[in-house]
Parts: sequence; C-alpha cells; structure tokens
Amino acid sequence: MTAAEDVLSRPRQHRPRRRMRPPPINWTFAAGAAILLAAILLAIAPGAFAPYEPTKFDYKAILKGPSAAHLFGSDNFGRDILSRTIWAFRVDLQIALFGTLFPVLFGTLVGAAVGYAGGWAQVVFGRVVDAVVTFPFLVLIIAIVAVLGPGLINLYIAVSTVGWVFYARIVAAEVAVQRRLDYAAAGRVMGYSTARILLRHILPNAITAAIVYWMTDMALCILLGSSLGYLGLGAQPPTAEWGVLIADGKNYMRTAWWISIFPGLAIVITGLGFSLLGDGLADMLRPRR
Amino acid sequence: MPDAGYVLRRLLQMVPTLTFILVVTFVLVRLLPGDPLSAIAGDRVTDAQVAQARAAYGLDQPVLVQFGLYVKRVITGDLGRSLIAQVPVWTLVGQRLPPTLLLTGMATGIAVALAVPLAFISALRRGRASDLVIRGAFQIGLSMPVFYIGLVLLTVFSAQLRWFPVGGYGDGWGDRVYHLFLPALTLGVSLAAVLMRNLRSAIIDVLGAEYVDFARAKGLAPRIVLTRHVLRNALISTVALLGPTVGTLLGGAVITEAVFAIPGVGRLMIDSIYGRDYPVIQGLSLTLALVVSLVFLLTDLLQAALDPRTAG
Amino acid sequence: MSPAATAISTGAALTVRGLTTRFLTPAGPVTAVDNVDLDLAPGEVLGLVGESGSGKSVTLRSLIRLVRPPSRTTGEVVWDGRDLMKLPEARMRDVRGGAIATIFQEPMSALNPVLTVGRQIDESLRAHTRLGSRERRERATDLLDLVGIPAPASRLGDLPHQFSGGMRQRAMIAIALAGEPRLLLADEPTTALDVTIQDQILKLILGLRERLGMSVILVTHDLGVVAQTCDRVAVMYAGRLVESGPVGALFAAPRHPYTRGLLGSVPRAGTERRPLLSIEGTPPSLAAMPAGCAFHPRCSFQTERCRHDAPPLAPVTPDRRAACWHQDRVLESALP
Repeated sequence: MTAAEDVLSRPRQHRPRRRMRPPPINWTFAAGAAILLAAILLAIAPGAFAPYEPTKFDYKAILKGPSAAHLFGSDNFGRDILSRTIWAFRVDLQIALFGTLFPVLFGTLVGAAVGYAGGWAQVVFGRVVDAVVTFPFLVLIIAIVAVLGPGLINLYIAVSTVGWVFYARIVAAEVAVQRRLDYAAAGRVMGYSTARILLRHILPNAITAAIVYWMTDMALCILLGSSLGYLGLGAQPPTAEWGVLIADGKNYMRTAWWISIFPGLAIVITGLGFSLLGDGLADMLRPRR
Repeated sequence: MPDAGYVLRRLLQMVPTLTFILVVTFVLVRLLPGDPLSAIAGDRVTDAQVAQARAAYGLDQPVLVQFGLYVKRVITGDLGRSLIAQVPVWTLVGQRLPPTLLLTGMATGIAVALAVPLAFISALRRGRASDLVIRGAFQIGLSMPVFYIGLVLLTVFSAQLRWFPVGGYGDGWGDRVYHLFLPALTLGVSLAAVLMRNLRSAIIDVLGAEYVDFARAKGLAPRIVLTRHVLRNALISTVALLGPTVGTLLGGAVITEAVFAIPGVGRLMIDSIYGRDYPVIQGLSLTLALVVSLVFLLTDLLQAALDPRTAG
Repeated sequence: MSPAATAISTGAALTVRGLTTRFLTPAGPVTAVDNVDLDLAPGEVLGLVGESGSGKSVTLRSLIRLVRPPSRTTGEVVWDGRDLMKLPEARMRDVRGGAIATIFQEPMSALNPVLTVGRQIDESLRAHTRLGSRERRERATDLLDLVGIPAPASRLGDLPHQFSGGMRQRAMIAIALAGEPRLLLADEPTTALDVTIQDQILKLILGLRERLGMSVILVTHDLGVVAQTCDRVAVMYAGRLVESGPVGALFAAPRHPYTRGLLGSVPRAGTERRPLLSIEGTPPSLAAMPAGCAFHPRCSFQTERCRHDAPPLAPVTPDRRAACWHQDRVLESALP
C-alpha cells in the first residue's frame, strides 16, 4: 500500500465521542439551513410577505395566469396563488414538526432500551419492526385516518402511532453496536449505573443517526401530509395547505396549470431544505479520522 | 442459479409468514369497532337472518374453530361478499388487481432502466459535473410528492402536449400499456431515485475491490469487467432493497391511481376503508400480503442467483 | 543503445528503463515509482524487495499499465521487442493475462467471491485462447491439476471461499496460467500464507518456471523468500531502486546501506532464524521526500554529499548495480 492509496476512502469507524470543538460547517448544511430559515420566516410572518389575503375572493381576477399583479396567478375564485402558498408554509411546517416530534422522542427511548437490552427483546423487536416497515405506510395512515376521521390532529395521531418504529430501529441498531465497544465495558467495570452509561456515553453517539433521520423524516412528513391533503384526508379546506392547494387546481390543468404547479414547488424546495440539512449534518457529525 | 433445495426451503419459509398473515387478517375484523356480525351481514337485516349468518359464519363457535373455518374458506377462494358492491370479494379483487400489478410492474421496469445506467455513469464519473447533475436531479425527484410528479406529467404531456391520455385504463393490452405509461413513469421516478442512490454507492465500493484489478490484470475487456464483475456484485446489495421498497411502491400506487383515475386496487382500498366494507378490506389485505410475500421470495431468489454464497 | 536494441542483443525477456509512476493526490503529485530500470532474462526469477510503501507493488502494476487513476506512468517497458508503454490499450489487454500474467497477495480479495473458480479460469481462456467450451473445461481441469489441487474436475464449480487458504492461492495461479504466460508477475504471493503453505507455493512457482519456461518477477518484503527462490534481486526504497544483482553476490556483499540493514536476517543453513534487524527511523512519506539520497536520514554512512546529491544507480559490474556514494565503506563493514 502506498501513501497515495490513502486517497481511496476507508469504512466508517465508531469512536468514543469526547467533548470536541464543533465541526466546521459545510456547504450542504449551510444551503439547507438557509432554505429552512427562509421557510420559518414565511411561516412566522406570512402577512409580511404575502401580497394578498389568502382567502380573499376577487371576481375580477379569475383564473388569471402569472402576471405582475399575481406572480403565481389566481385561481377560480380569484384568490392569489402566491399568497396562499406563502400562508401554507405555516401549516406544512407544523405538519413536519408535529408529525415527527413524538416519533423522535418515543422511538429513540424505546430503541435505546431495546438496543441496550439486546437478546430476545432485540430479536422480537426486530421482527415486528420488519413487518411494520414493509407494510405500505401510506395505506396504514389512511386506514387510521379513516377510522378517526380526516383532519390534521388525526393525521398527527396516525403518523405518531406508526412512525416511532423507524427511529426505534435506527437507535436500537446504533446502541447495540455501541454497547459492545470497549468504553461502555469500561464504564460498567468502573461501576457506572446503566442509566449513566446509556445517557452520557452511548446515547450521544446513537442519537446522531436519529437526528439525521429526523431531518429526512420531516421532509417525508410534508410529502405525506400534502398527499393526504390532496386526497382530502389531511388538512381540510379552506385551510391553505400545499396538498389542498394542489388539489384545488387538478381540474384546471389544461386551462390554469399554475394553480397546482406553484404550491408544488414550495413542497420541493422545503423538502430539499430538510434533505440538505440532514445530509450536511450527517457529514459534519461523522467521526473524523 | 440457486438450486432446487434453496427454492424449496424459501417456499417452506413462506408458510409461517402466510399463517401470520391469515391470523392478522382474521383478527382485523374482530378488532374493528362495532359488531363484526352486522359488519359482515349488513345493516338492513332481520333477527332471523342475523341468527342464520351467525351460524353460517360460525360466530357461536370458539375462536379457534372460527379461525379454522376462516382458513378453510380462504383456501377455497371464498373471501366473502362486498357490502357495498354486493359481489364476491374475489371478483372485485380479480378485476382491480391486474391494473395495479401492471402499473407497479411497469414502474419497476422504468425505475431499473433509469437507475442502473445513471448509477453507473454517476459512479464512474464520481465528483465530476455529470455525477452532480444526476444526483441533483434525483434528489429533486425524491423531494417531490408522487401526486405532484403525476400532476406535472399530466399537465405537460397530456393536457398541454396531448401525447398521452388524461388517465384511465384503456382496452386491450397495448392500449393499457399506453394509458399506464405516464402513471408508471410517475411511480418509477421515486423508486429510481432510491435505487440509484444505493446502486451508485455499491458500485463505488466495488470499483475499489481488488478482484476488479485482478479481472483487469487478466486482460478482460472493459465491458466484461463492468458487467460481470462490477455490476453484478454491486447489484447484490441493491436487490436486497427491492423487497422493503415494495411497501412504499404500493403506497405510491394508491396515490397514482387517484391522480390518474386508474381502476386499481389502491382506489378499492381507500373506498372500502371509507365505506367500512370489511370483507373487502380483509380479502384485499390478504391478497396484497400474499403478493408482497411473493415479491420478497422473488427478490430473494434473484439475490441468490447473483450471489451463490447466500444459497449455501 | 536503445532499450529495444539492448533487449535483442542481450536476449533479455523484459527490459525496463526509466519507469516512473506519479499519483495525483489532493496534497500534490506523489512519485511512487522513480526512474526504475530492470532487466529480466528468459526463465529468470527476479525478486523485487522492499518495505511496505517502497513502491514495489506499484512497480509491478506499472509494468502492465494497471495503476489506478489518477496516475501517470512513463518510461519504457520492452517485452518481446515491443514497448508496452506505447501499445494501444486493446493490444495491451492481449498481453495482460496472456503473455504476462499477474497474481496478487490475498486470493480472498483478488478472486471474485460470487463466481466459481471454473468460471474465473474460463474467462481467461475465452479472452486468450480459441478453445471451444468443452476444451476449455478440460483445460481448466488440467490447470487445477497442474497447480496441485486434488480432484480438480469437481472443484471447478466451487466458489473461492470453499477453498482453503493455500488451495485458493493455487487456484489463483491456475487462473493466471490460463493464458499460457511467459512472464509471471507475483505480488507478495505468500505473505498471507503460513510458513508450510508458503513453502509449497514457492516450490510450485519454481516448478512451473521449469516446466513452462516462464520468467518470474516476485515482489516480496521477505528476504528469506528471495534467498529461496530468486536468481537475481532488486532492492527498492522510497520508490527508487537502490541496488540490484545476483542473489548470492548481493547477499554476500551488499553495497547499499539499506540492503545491508535488511540482510541482518537472511537465514544461513544451520543457524536459527532471527527477526529482521530494525533500521532506525521510518521510510519517508512519498509526499515529502528528503533532498539528495532518500535513505540518508536513516543511514549510518551518510555524509554532506548524501544530503544534496541523489546517487545514481551505477553499474559496479555488468550485472551488479548500486546507488550509493559510499559503496566501498559499506562493503568493508560487511557482515561476517
């Protein structure tokens, strides 16, 4: 092996995490953060940016294409698409947050416990998780929403019921690996309590993977929420939510394509923001060699 | 090719899975709110009819006997009658399953056709412009909800350009493929993104392997090195992905069928969940679970064919 | 004389002049093989010796233009009257695996784990011979037999992991022999094996050399292996050739301090094997080479001159070369 062959990458290794200075920020993370900050801004103060009221009908401007007055055009009630899209940031970012909060917390705890316990618990848990993960997630959510009734709250309940499993799987795997590493054994030898080992040493490493997945999950949650909104099972009209907005335009594709297309762009860009943030975070938090 | 012993073993492994599925679907109906009997028999029935149905369905028997009856009915193909459509569930499923299967089959084909060459190019030109463009394009595709991709394609290619019909299923195989092309493309793009990401990574790993160097040292043509040595080994881990993604594919099919108005199993599922049509829900879940198990079996066989070590 | 002419006049199988390979790393260009000259006579076994990182493996790969990009290999490699460096890639592929075969150190990573050994032999046969499929099968069986694998016909359908370590290495040799090579490049073929198997494999290689009239370039860091098998030896350090010559003469009277340091362990009949004498210090990083002689920081004979002028590989006798300003002093302090 020559020194030059170090150019080729080697497999990732797990190392104990000590207090280190924060890793340098990379471009991916910065780009993602920029997009999300803009999104949060729009969510907090839509009124400051939207030129019109989202529910304002204007019968003189029905189905007008993109123009100076209506940058994203107007719909069949004369409502400004740009404004509606901006006001929807609030709703969709909420979906991203509330749809993932419980899963992150609950899933991480359960996963850590299972991963640390190992043995039978882990095997049985693994099987159950495999079954759940294989099942079409969307169908499951629709089924639960069908039983509970449409609406955002029920959507959050449905997603939380199933979604925690994904986090638990990731964290269990990481914890199981960490448990076998020397420093955890050293901790046990030194008499640290299980809780302390778990919290101070194992969890910080395991949590990285969960957090990175959280970012992707938020993007997926927006996709899910807007899909259900499109189907009429998520946010209910007249709430401005991107999926609902897109559904508004589905009968006007030939005549007024802008009604559906522009809100969709908001989904893509916001989703990209989360993905970039997650990828950037993953790169930054990867143990340095 | 995996030997007969391996295939047999895998088929036998399906038995516990299928049993599990039968148990779950059996329990499904029992768990749903409301009296299972009124669900199965319908609302507008007399007491005598209720008693008759109770006996027929064996609901006055112990649970295990009920389960046995259930299994017996399933094996003979009797999945009950749809409450809404008043036809045997089996008929409904038989009508609606083929479009969905054709859709998902075409989508998988398109996904593979997109993912494999692009993953190759991306891996071989790692870090260069083409790699970044390809990965960027797929990343954007991943960030788009399936229904949006469908609407965009519909708008551009059907509504505006009139190259394709605006949804529907068509008549006759050729026409059906024509109708399902845009929906399959919609569904295939997301799947392709997932496959490509994984395959690209696998190819990069394999390219660094010593057996690739050895193959070159034997003077083999690049084409052979790339297919028999690089692609085949890289595919091993990617094929393993195909199983778990079938669930996402079915979910996507539900949405795609909604957007393109395809009379498939996805629409049936949503309609019957909403209509509390329990026999259909049960029969459909059973059928879909069976299909998914078969898909898993096929991917396992494919993986064993690629990697004889797993067939052991 | 031009290298080609030299080759013809001396009847050499392989003549290498000025072989240089540079890698383009993020830290800048790194010279892994620096101006190496080699001569190989037909049927000769040449040992290429050095520590890890000395560039011996890269040299071997450079001979057949197998170095991974981003890299550049220059120089002249004359085989069979033709300069391999100038061949079009398609012709080069005929030579690789055909007239010139290669075996690597670790068969478990060098053999494709999901293809049967029979298949991997067959690939070579298809690429380099015109045999039909039945004949190829017979030839593959013969090859396995030639390398000493018992029940060869039944082993054709086995995967690499189904062979034991020594058998795997034999299988790799069988694959290499499929193209009927006249030159075998062996990159540390015995390093990963235990001592008894090592012995068997080396005897196998020597036996094949006799039967098939092959020349061999054997890369290794183990001087014991060199003593056992090689006719001539070339010593490399930090990408440069520092000494070369017939094994007996070189071992008896080394002219380069590095060679002398290495030789502290060559076993003599009747004495125990001692561990390698360790030379003070470590080899330089190829990205930060010292000025002058590459070895001078670790050399007990170094002088001011060594720090500025890199000594050329100068011929001492027609088949003996050394790159040191103080060869005479090295000779004087020879080991008993």
